[in-house]
Amino acid sequence: MNKKKAFAVPYIVWMIIFTVVPLFLILFYAFIHRTDSGSLVFTTEYIKSALSGSSMSVLILSLEYALITTVICLVLAYPAALFLWQLKSRIGSIVNLLFMLPMWMNFLLRTYAWRALLDANVPINQFLQWLGLPAMQLLYTEGAVIFGLVYNFLPFMLLPIYTAFTKIDRSYIQAAEDLGANKWQTLTHVILPLTKPGIITGITMVFMPAVTSFVISRLLGGSQTMMFDDLLENQFMLLKDWNTGSALAVIMMVLMLISMALVRKTDDDSMPGGGI
Amino acid sequence: MDKQRLVLLKNVSKEFDGVEVLSNINLYIRKNEFLTLLGPSGCGKTTLLRLLGGFETPTSGDILFDGKSIVNTPPYRRQLNTVFQRYALFPHLNVFDNVAFGLKIKKLPKEEIRQKVEEKLKLVGLAGYGKRTTDTLSGGQQQRVAIARALVNEPELLLLDEPLGALDLKFRKEMQLELKRMQKQLGITFVYVTHDQEEALSMSDTIAVIDNGRIQQIGTPEMIYNEPVNSFVADFIGESNIIYGIMKEDYVAHFSGKDFRCLDRGYNDNEPVVVVVRPEDIKLVPPTDNTINGVVTSIVFMGVHYEIRLKDDNGFEWLIQSIDSAEVGSRMGIYLDPDDIHIMDRSQYDTAESLEITQ
Repeated sequence: MNKKKAFAVPYIVWMIIFTVVPLFLILFYAFIHRTDSGSLVFTTEYIKSALSGSSMSVLILSLEYALITTVICLVLAYPAALFLWQLKSRIGSIVNLLFMLPMWMNFLLRTYAWRALLDANVPINQFLQWLGLPAMQLLYTEGAVIFGLVYNFLPFMLLPIYTAFTKIDRSYIQAAEDLGANKWQTLTHVILPLTKPGIITGITMVFMPAVTSFVISRLLGGSQTMMFDDLLENQFMLLKDWNTGSALAVIMMVLMLISMALVRKTDDDSMPGGGI
Repeated sequence: MDKQRLVLLKNVSKEFDGVEVLSNINLYIRKNEFLTLLGPSGCGKTTLLRLLGGFETPTSGDILFDGKSIVNTPPYRRQLNTVFQRYALFPHLNVFDNVAFGLKIKKLPKEEIRQKVEEKLKLVGLAGYGKRTTDTLSGGQQQRVAIARALVNEPELLLLDEPLGALDLKFRKEMQLELKRMQKQLGITFVYVTHDQEEALSMSDTIAVIDNGRIQQIGTPEMIYNEPVNSFVADFIGESNIIYGIMKEDYVAHFSGKDFRCLDRGYNDNEPVVVVVRPEDIKLVPPTDNTINGVVTSIVFMGVHYEIRLKDDNGFEWLIQSIDSAEVGSRMGIYLDPDDIHIMDRSQYDTAESLEITQ
């Protein structure tokens, strides 16, 4: 037993140095004020200033983008997973591979590529002009940011949902049909509940990182759209205000924990049998 | 047409990727009948059931239900329900909701659903189990839930695909009796697929023995057991001694080097035939000129009887069930009454593996 525990030591050390200690540092900076005389006092001033109007609107915008991204990903990924599942298993895994292929490239590269594609004088606008449509401002718009987010996070929605599909025993589908359920009723009464764990995982894997992503918004949204992580970065790097920056980070973590708990709760309610 | 015929299969064939799994099946199922499709695995019996359930469509032929073709009717519009081999209980629903599934799809009033579900749970002996999740149930209990889930829809026809296959022997016997009781009580037509001949014999009104995608014989359990039409059926239903022989003339068969009186006639003189003898029909006697003589090679005590193997002088090993024991190594004779000898045509389905001992 003790020998087995020893295997976990490197990981535990890693966790302490890179997760636990920084977490306490953030909490320290967010709540402790160092007075001019050098003594440390507890304060909620930083949290209060972080909750000010301007940063809150940025936070709300970030949540909004993340929510829209999650919904679009779900709407795109679920039917795709359903389609993949109905393919013969060999073709299915090939198509699945095609979906996953872009993930093997660094997402920064891909986002830079989109920057070039969306630029005013290049392909997409030229195509629009060729169709006789007026050229549009594509880059540095809200649409571009959301597009970039969806493009990057779609595989993270697709994969868990598809995995949930592959775990469905086909006899459940036959049983449902046998008991009088047509295709639509089978989908709503059997397939959807059975793939719910995959949906939940997909939402968690898209929504959380989407809230905190900042490179995509910077590359595709320019200075127009500031997302929460841009704000965070500014506090630390530009303004060198570590205290307010940490306070913002704490707020975000709390929001994350709340949304995680909400997602888990719906999961528990719906799956008395334990899901996948 | 006979109104009592609920289902009629006409010249039904089924191919998978060019391989014929069922060929030219003609079969009718009467109302309130307990029909068993019996055969070894891979014989096509499950495919036949799936054709009835609507999960496969026949390559050719027609299936009539209440006089109307259902070949193009999807499963959810057929007046029948299936108890699946591995139950296929929905893991996301508890026992009550599993059973209620079909009724909820039909959008029956809640109170009616509750009544019907509880009534059926009671019927299968699971009253009070409604709130349980399916993974907390034993195999036998899951089986009962699957039966209740099918019966609650009050189907005209219930299809059962080896429903007792996963249960242990004692429990299987119990469930056989219960299934038979339910079928009588509810007056529902059962089509039951199994490879277990004992199960088939004890439960069925009619048995269809299937092999190689063809119905080999159809009839009551007694008919199938006592008058098998070919050596496959004889071998599959109960244990048999199957040996090649010839019909010398009417009422006289020749096998194992001797002539025997039998009850069969209508064969050509000296026509090659297959002779089937049930092990329980054989009388073990001291050897005489009128008996097949040989040496006892093994004796196993089976509880009710002894299972004795005797190697005759031609090298054929006879299986004998006798309530009297014998000595291993002793010389004994086999005595056969005329009605113990069953004569069958030779055909492609012969399973006689004995040496060709004719002349």
